[in-house]
Amino acid sequence: MTETIKEPIKASEIDPKFKYEISKMHGGEKLLRCFQCGTCTSDCPVARFSETYRPRQIIRMTQLGLKERVLNSDALWLCAACFTCTDRCPQDVEVASVIRVLRNLAAEKGMVPLVFKEQACSILESGYAYKIPELRLKKRETQGLPPLPKGNAESIRKSLSGVKFLKAIEKKGEQSGQ
Amino acid sequence: MFLGCAIPYRVSAYETSARKVLQKLGVELAEMPEFNCCGLPLDPVSHEMMLILAARNLALAEQQGLNIITLCPGCAGTLKKVNKMLKEDKALREQINGHLKESGLEFKGTVETKHLIQVLMEDVGLEKIKNAVVKPLTMLKVAEHNGCHILRPKEYIGFDDPEDPQTLKTLIEATGATCLDYMDETECCGAPSVGVSDKIALQLARDKLSHVKMVDAQALITICPFCHIMYDTNELRIEKMFNEAYGIPVLHYPQLLGLAMGMTPEELAFNEHRVDTSKIIKQVTESAQ
Repeated sequence: MTETIKEPIKASEIDPKFKYEISKMHGGEKLLRCFQCGTCTSDCPVARFSETYRPRQIIRMTQLGLKERVLNSDALWLCAACFTCTDRCPQDVEVASVIRVLRNLAAEKGMVPLVFKEQACSILESGYAYKIPELRLKKRETQGLPPLPKGNAESIRKSLSGVKFLKAIEKKGEQSGQ
Repeated sequence: MFLGCAIPYRVSAYETSARKVLQKLGVELAEMPEFNCCGLPLDPVSHEMMLILAARNLALAEQQGLNIITLCPGCAGTLKKVNKMLKEDKALREQINGHLKESGLEFKGTVETKHLIQVLMEDVGLEKIKNAVVKPLTMLKVAEHNGCHILRPKEYIGFDDPEDPQTLKTLIEATGATCLDYMDETECCGAPSVGVSDKIALQLARDKLSHVKMVDAQALITICPFCHIMYDTNELRIEKMFNEAYGIPVLHYPQLLGLAMGMTPEELAFNEHRVDTSKIIKQVTESAQ
């Protein structure tokens, strides 16, 4: 995140409606309660080992309406979703959920680490987030384990039709000719 | 039984040992042929997709009129959270049910989800577990690691105390083993950061292993497939990366309980571990003679 605050903030990049937009979404309702005490950052296990990830900073930038900076930030993807910040926030802000709301918005614009795209594709194909190798399935028999639920990919795809994120990655794929 | 993705993908020793232990304790498991991913891995990119996937699983269990048991805290947390959200928010429930309708499914909110250790504590009961212990593991001093999603966010999960969890400790002590306190017991294993920043993830796991080593624990006991991958599968990688030696075996709780119930390490799939478990097996078998 340090790289994102090096540049001075220009009035033109502030979106005053952004905080209200986030406050309307599930998990983001209490964004405006944050008074920047820093409990989230000081208790964050990831912040301890990262130079750039600071949950308090993400919350403040969101409150200020620095939409593009926040959504384009690589640091946004470092949260491990352990929810320590959420449980310890004295103002009851669901910090990790605000970060999830921001990630969802970034993802709808196609800004998303590869690992999530792979998992989404795998779920659409098989119902599982990982492609479980044939060898593993066979090994289950020798281990005396029951066959793995086959899932119902067709029914899953039907249920997921219309999901914004999936539309976004499809569109992105078409654009880049994949 | 809800397996999720990580267990069949990489952590079958957890499943093998859990099934054996549950069977012996009289818990009957139904297999669900159409369960899919709980939805959690996709929550960061699409909350909507997570809700639909989770609701789908809950609706499938509702059709059978069965409560759900999971081995993975991530799955348990997600299914609990979505169950609560959809029960309390009518508009959201209708939106999600709109997605499920085409597959002939409907979420009604009539089943409960529990993680393995919650079932052991609340449904099987400590007395029954203690009575099943035939080989008390009094020679062992171990450390526990709960993992985040079985406890947090507190508001949705409502199980144990996230700041000072006791259930797993109590269950460990029921096997006769001593459960040691150590620094930062509730710290995250780092697994969710794998793929985004492996370096941060491994530093978190290293932190945990060094704290566990500091109190001379003979093993680390986990109840989550992802935490197990971080500490067992990645232990050698961490040792190389930081030029340190840990050699801490990481056992799934049902493996520990299984040993105390008289099962053999082979039955409990100890051979699937990356970190050498021969020393701890020797300690258990020798002192039993």
